[in-house]
Amino acid sequence: MRLHEYQAKQIFAESGIPTPESRVVTDTDEAVHAIQEVGYPAVIKAQVHVGGRGKAGGIKFATNHSDLRTTVTDILGMDIKGYTVEEVLIEAGVEVDTEMYVGITMDRSAGEPTMMVSTEGGVDIEAVADDTPKLIAKEHIDPAFGIYPYQTRKVAYKAGIPSDTVSDVSSVLLTLYTLYTEYDATDIEINPLMITESRDIVAADAVMNIDDDALFRQSELAAHEHQVAGDPLEAKADEYGFDYVRLDGNVGIIGNGAGLVMATLDLVDHYDGKPANFLDIGGGAKAERVANALDIVCADKNVDAIVFNIFGGITRGDEVAQGINDALSRVNTISKDIVVRLAGTNAQEGMEVLNTDIVSVESTLEAAVAQAVANAAEASQ
Amino acid sequence: MSVLLDDETRVVVQGITGGEGKFHTEQMLAYGTNIVAGAVPGKGGQTVAGTPVYDTVDEAVDAEKADASIVFVPPAFAADAIFEAVDTSLDLVVAITEGIPTQDMAQVYKRLSEVETRLIGPNCPGIITPGEAKLGILPGNIFEPGCVGLVSRSGTLTYQVVSNLTDRNLGQTTAIGIGGDPIIGTSFIDTLRLFESDPATNAVVLCGEIGGEDEEAAARVIKNEMDTPVAGFIAGRTAPPGKRMGHAGAIVSGSGTGTAQSKIDALNRAGVPIGRTPAEVASHIEELL
Repeated sequence: MRLHEYQAKQIFAESGIPTPESRVVTDTDEAVHAIQEVGYPAVIKAQVHVGGRGKAGGIKFATNHSDLRTTVTDILGMDIKGYTVEEVLIEAGVEVDTEMYVGITMDRSAGEPTMMVSTEGGVDIEAVADDTPKLIAKEHIDPAFGIYPYQTRKVAYKAGIPSDTVSDVSSVLLTLYTLYTEYDATDIEINPLMITESRDIVAADAVMNIDDDALFRQSELAAHEHQVAGDPLEAKADEYGFDYVRLDGNVGIIGNGAGLVMATLDLVDHYDGKPANFLDIGGGAKAERVANALDIVCADKNVDAIVFNIFGGITRGDEVAQGINDALSRVNTISKDIVVRLAGTNAQEGMEVLNTDIVSVESTLEAAVAQAVANAAEASQ
Repeated sequence: MSVLLDDETRVVVQGITGGEGKFHTEQMLAYGTNIVAGAVPGKGGQTVAGTPVYDTVDEAVDAEKADASIVFVPPAFAADAIFEAVDTSLDLVVAITEGIPTQDMAQVYKRLSEVETRLIGPNCPGIITPGEAKLGILPGNIFEPGCVGLVSRSGTLTYQVVSNLTDRNLGQTTAIGIGGDPIIGTSFIDTLRLFESDPATNAVVLCGEIGGEDEEAAARVIKNEMDTPVAGFIAGRTAPPGKRMGHAGAIVSGSGTGTAQSKIDALNRAGVPIGRTPAEVASHIEELL
């Protein structure tokens, strides 16, 4: 789960990392009111749960009320990678001397967190990582012993940041690691971390991604989760507890197990179809869960045909078949062709239960996908 | 022959009294797995599926001489359970649990580097040596004894590929699901080396997916260290960047690392044919044998 910038900044500020004066607003009147405390020049920033908002036009500057009203109106309601902007941050502009990047992320191949410092702040750090990796200094942190202050100095000097700022950057890194562990972050970064003309240090941006698997012990942060707007079908799938990703094709896909569902998507593409979604019903799904999954995929207007691919280990074919029948009887008119392929545990029993007046059945993965792609092509003509 | 597991392996089930623990203990026993004990705090003295339960892994090992464990413990307590097994110096620990916090696993991973114990998983279907024993939740009936080793990051995709192999009478020595999390105990590289040194394994199937760089690392080991031929499958060619595709580890980063294409290219360069469909993987293995 990605926190909003203002949520992360609040956590930073409470831990002693300096942040610019700022207010969150949801309309222009609030913005005009907020500016009295923030002052001009101000930066107006969209608050969305994805990166890349600057490139999408979600960050603008204002030096007077007329600017402010226009930019706030422009940014509110804007669509950024499928997320609608509902809040903007009005933040005091900073007189910048130097910008840098600092962050901590999990190095999955080493199994250890890594801190990173670069003088190339304020730009697309992923592009820097790809094109000129030498410009990012890195240092692993032992998860058992934790971080040592010398490591923060080492990485700061290695990155070549101005030496009069090393002490400040070092203490920011120490604080970031404390927050990283305390909040179960997967990534935590400041880009840019600014050095002002008066040599003060300010976090001009704040990113915190929280490990979804740790939300059970991060109840305060978990409370933010319902604010994720995103795609309505993705929100609904989230409610049901499905792993669901909406795509832009017309072949709906439901299966069990992430790897098998991904492989089914790839196979749709292999047969020149276009996947409409990824939906994993998970292991051991019962009939009702199967019916809920079918509801979500049927609710997607782009979907012209559906393939249901289940390889039962702990999931039972007869339970899945019952769920499909239930969903079909719940919705009066299913106008979409559904191809079902059941294999593994109780697959034969499932085939016998299925209402084959409404769905068609294939015995292999390849045949099921090919049939669904053909159905979709026919339906979209 | 096989790797890591056979019918002599003495197993303690951690979490044996829970719903999943009980069900799969019965399934594993029915398959022939030598389950000698269960371990659940506060449940010592009980019996599940004819198996004695102890309060700690230590007691279970003392009393029943277990040398492996399987973990069916909920995510909040799973890292603790793995530590318990590792600190009891078992040879093999298989963690089925899905959803263990990544920072917990970083701690576990650190400890593993200091000991001899091998962890498989977490978030995996387990390991099976067909005809002898299974330590996990894999459906035993789709496997056949044979000469193909299999390693996979996924569960049900493994079943799909195995059924394609078995359909063509390509039986398996051992199949290992290493798990779909960002930090796992046993990597592709570890299992490839085990299969290379197993005289009964004549070919290996590697099932990878998007995210991380483990498949690329595997390609280097295949090229430099292996004589046993390998064929593969990579899931997630059509996955969009930045979206987590079910598995916590299955994500193409915004900068484009961890893509299916990069993995397919690396494996192809190491001489590994990649099936475009699961059935095609079985055809490749047929040709390689």
